[in-house]
Amino acid sequence: MRRYFERKLFIYILTFVLAVTIDWLIPRFMPGNPIQILISRAGLKAESAKLLYSYYMRAFGLDVPVWRQYLNFWIALFHGDFGISIWLFPQPVIQIIMRAVPFDVLLLLPAILLSWLAGNKFGAYAARSKWLDNTISPLGYILTATPYMWLGIMLGWLFGVILHVLPFSGAYSYSMMPSFSWAFVGSLLQHWILPFASLFLVMFGGWAIGMRNMIIYELEADYSHYLEALGAPRKLVRNYAFRNALLPQITGLALQLGVIVGGALVTEIVFSYPGIGYLTLQAIQNHDFFLLQGCFLFVIIGVLLANFAIDIAYVLLDPRTRAGMQGEG
Amino acid sequence: MPQPRKKNEILYFVLRNAKLRIGVAVVFLFVVLALVGPLLTKYQPRDYVAPGVQPPSSEFWFGTTSFGEDVFTQFVYGLRATFIVGLIGGGLGTLIGILIGFIAGYRGGIVDEILNMFTNIVLVVPSLVVLLIIAAYLEVRGLLFESVFIGFFAWPWAARAIRSQTFSLRSRDFVDLARLSGMKPLKIIITEIAPNMMSYLLLVFILQFGGAILTAATLDFIGLGPTNGVSLGLMMNNAVIYGALILRMWWWFIPPGLAITAIVGGLYITNVGLDEIFNPKLREM
Repeated sequence: MRRYFERKLFIYILTFVLAVTIDWLIPRFMPGNPIQILISRAGLKAESAKLLYSYYMRAFGLDVPVWRQYLNFWIALFHGDFGISIWLFPQPVIQIIMRAVPFDVLLLLPAILLSWLAGNKFGAYAARSKWLDNTISPLGYILTATPYMWLGIMLGWLFGVILHVLPFSGAYSYSMMPSFSWAFVGSLLQHWILPFASLFLVMFGGWAIGMRNMIIYELEADYSHYLEALGAPRKLVRNYAFRNALLPQITGLALQLGVIVGGALVTEIVFSYPGIGYLTLQAIQNHDFFLLQGCFLFVIIGVLLANFAIDIAYVLLDPRTRAGMQGEG
Repeated sequence: MPQPRKKNEILYFVLRNAKLRIGVAVVFLFVVLALVGPLLTKYQPRDYVAPGVQPPSSEFWFGTTSFGEDVFTQFVYGLRATFIVGLIGGGLGTLIGILIGFIAGYRGGIVDEILNMFTNIVLVVPSLVVLLIIAAYLEVRGLLFESVFIGFFAWPWAARAIRSQTFSLRSRDFVDLARLSGMKPLKIIITEIAPNMMSYLLLVFILQFGGAILTAATLDFIGLGPTNGVSLGLMMNNAVIYGALILRMWWWFIPPGLAITAIVGGLYITNVGLDEIFNPKLREM
């Protein structure tokens, strides 16, 4: 088990270093000078442009040798210093991101976990009866093929505009200030339903199909046939198949994280939900490169943490990894 | 090992499989629309054709946008872009996956270790966010560029799957025999291993195709797609930005999303159908 975690941890650390390097590299070595672009977009007079240029050079730390820049980037990182936002000048990037993180947790954690649990349950049911298979499976394929933003748009249009029952913009009513009152929590929940639902539904489709296929595969395995031959009740065989089929689904969750992040990003954009995804859009539209870098790093950190949590779950569920015999490939 | 009888058998199951028929029909329909559609319209995607906010009519089949552009024209040109991204992005993703998967699976040992680690790293990094940050710094972006970059980040799961398949084929008797007879590794992979995985590679390509389309739609929707031309994702982006929801201009945002869902869904169902044909165990379900 220790070896399993060591290997995983090594990969994650390497990934993190690589991600930070990409984050550092891209603004510096892209064709075209981002600082020039920044300044030309501002449309300033020549003198002030020059002043701004030297300011940005210092702000980006571009006036020292390259290796020193890279080192400084890491040092700043460990001090939690992501620079100052240009869009919301002069707020530090870290503050802006920290304000967005709770909304991401509120939206993503329930959506991912509940869709995974529900998808697995319904997928297992679908493998059990012809009738359910004929309804859940096509629905699952349609849902998993749906682009996240389109489902978001459709739900917003249907429930927000046509039926006019749910709000579809922001995380709480624009007329409210965040507080611990019932009215605020209620508003928070109301605004949460639609983005949650669109994330939940798309992911649900994928998990249901995956589980259905895995169960059918497991029921063809030798141990299932053997149990059946022994006269074990169908329910027992199904239960064993379900437990075995869960493992690839956990691995699948880890594999899907990247796609889910992308889905969350566009869902937040559709609903103007103030998480990191929406922040990323703001950063891009306002050419706030510091904020964009910060968002990128936070997404990476989030994905790595999630991966690690999944690894722990895997060990808890699969005794073989604990015995150090074998894990996933 | 050619088996003439087997061809008819496969054809029989192809024609009998409802999933495959439906999936292929849906995808084919949109391919035809993408090819023929631009010929049916006399406008360009960004042309001002009529006063804006018109619902579908006999003249403008899909209505017009807030700026008086013809939605149908944008739609068919967007379809073209969608298929190009799928073909190039999905194709490249499959190709890299095959390359890395074959090498890692056949070589084994230290090469496998290194490639496996590389694969796992790219697998963990959320590719869309990397694409996003690259695209955000580029002033001019083309469709080809987008497709290639999507392909560059889409291969890991394919490489992993192909690696494990190659791994299990490597120790079969006929591969051993080829090796004993002094065949070069590359030739063994091409003539002995690859033909046994052809069906599997086709399935991988179909999934990569669908995945590339969805990734491109996401990028386009954020506004980081190609800077020239239209795409289905960009149509949805414009619809949302310019308030199509509140203005109830459903004809602006339903066609692009519906098309993507139908194409990708069609591909997935085709995939399941093919899987049932190639894998006899699944047939009778």
